[in-house]
Amino acid sequence: MDATMLPEVTAVGVIIKAILILAIISAIAGFGTYIERKVLAFMQRRLGPQHVGPYGLLQLAADGIKLFTKEDIIPQHANRLIFAVAPAITAATAFIALGAVPVFPDFTIPLVDVYVPSIASDVNVGILFVLGMMAAGLYGPLLAGMAQSNKWGLLGSARTAIQFLSYEVVTGLSLLAPIMLVGSLSFVDFNNYQSDGTWLVVYQPVAFILFLIAGYAETNRTPFDLLEHEAEIVSGYVTEYSGMRWGMFFIGEYANMITIGIIASIVFLGGYNDWWIFPGWIMILAKIAFSFFFMLWVRAAWPHVRPDQLMWLCWKVLMPLAVINVVITGIVMMAG
Amino acid sequence: MGLEKFKDRNIGTQNYKKLDLTHPPKSGWDRFKQVVSRTFKPELCIGLWVTLREMINALFRGKMHTTQYPLEKLPISPRYRAIHEMLRLLESGHYRCIGCGLCEKICISNCISMETRYDENQRKEVSEYTINFGRCIFCGYCAEVCPELAIVHGGRYETASEQRASFSLFEDMLTPIDKLNLQKEYQGFGAISPNADDNIKKTPLAY
Repeated sequence: MDATMLPEVTAVGVIIKAILILAIISAIAGFGTYIERKVLAFMQRRLGPQHVGPYGLLQLAADGIKLFTKEDIIPQHANRLIFAVAPAITAATAFIALGAVPVFPDFTIPLVDVYVPSIASDVNVGILFVLGMMAAGLYGPLLAGMAQSNKWGLLGSARTAIQFLSYEVVTGLSLLAPIMLVGSLSFVDFNNYQSDGTWLVVYQPVAFILFLIAGYAETNRTPFDLLEHEAEIVSGYVTEYSGMRWGMFFIGEYANMITIGIIASIVFLGGYNDWWIFPGWIMILAKIAFSFFFMLWVRAAWPHVRPDQLMWLCWKVLMPLAVINVVITGIVMMAG
Repeated sequence: MGLEKFKDRNIGTQNYKKLDLTHPPKSGWDRFKQVVSRTFKPELCIGLWVTLREMINALFRGKMHTTQYPLEKLPISPRYRAIHEMLRLLESGHYRCIGCGLCEKICISNCISMETRYDENQRKEVSEYTINFGRCIFCGYCAEVCPELAIVHGGRYETASEQRASFSLFEDMLTPIDKLNLQKEYQGFGAISPNADDNIKKTPLAY
């Protein structure tokens, strides 16, 4: 990007973008539950929700009404403050993380001729900021489980802790190799690095797979959804939650799924660069949508792992692989 | 085989046939090789393909498994034992029941109650006939014992109602006279077998 084209960051623009992110992502996160139920149903040859609205499209509204009007129960011996704040941590950090990821290419609004950079704030340590925010989001389940004075909740938060300790190393190390290649922590630089059409996944396939695995652990998706594993610990950290507090956890979880999809698309899959005849914004939407679909697909296909298996996998397999990947990348960069 | 062989607990002396199981890895190198082979075998991808194939089957090849129950119903067996029906004679349209009382007698949950009287032709007439469906266990004995194939089980298995009485009166169970041509014979216990004519034998009078 030329220095002359650097867009002017205005307060109004940032506020508008923040509101848009909040509105659109929470709508999509709610809609994601519908998509998830539909896709999982199709993969089990069922129909899924289909009685509210055409093809069940308004199921989202029905769920929303139910969640909003449900009684909000705080258990007797719970720590009321932490119990109430915990869902907000999950939801808020998920949305804050989305503030620093670019989704669309910069564009100019026609007629009024305003140049719009589509990232809310191009932090120069974007990757660190987003990963940090998503990691901070894990405080939601951790505090929620411990605050509710419920043994299942406590087990859920214990699992949150071990999951957090396990995957976070892998996430960082797997992204380190692409960061070394690009030489920047800004998502926009990652996108521009791949503007010649070669996706980073070609150079860094191992890092891509490691990041996906760690990302699934980060968003509590199925092979690693230990936190609220119904068959073992009732509902884990959300056992005592009801109504909209419960809903906020899930909006946060689905927003995180979208964030992981965006990061994977921008860092590894070519970002929002044009490809062949398709403009960049369609490309990135397709990549995010496929990434989301892949999460549902994996959920339909693969079983859970146990907590000890997760720790074994992250510490004994993925972390050494990530380190080796970083070392080899370094050697190749030195040689090349 | 004698009992001694069962009581022989000395493992290894018996002549067991062992299955060809894979051996657990012994050394660290073997364990590493196992991890590598399990990691790079496409088994996870096979799992992905299975679910995707089922999705394609369901969406594009018409193999969706769901029956949307109140809108579409699966056919039930003709032998299914749901709410009873009282059948009519096809020729005259008169109800088949002759008031013999066998069903009332055999009912093991005592839920059938009937009253009969002689009509003006000195023919048994059913004046009162109810089945208490709160007690009925749908065993099918009444249909089996009925000599006239009059009381049978029908296919009405949706028995949610505001009161049980809406099923259990004689008139409710009786085939409506205008639907006589739709009346079907029951296939379950007590029904005539398809080859009933062949099984008829002459009464042995020769002794």
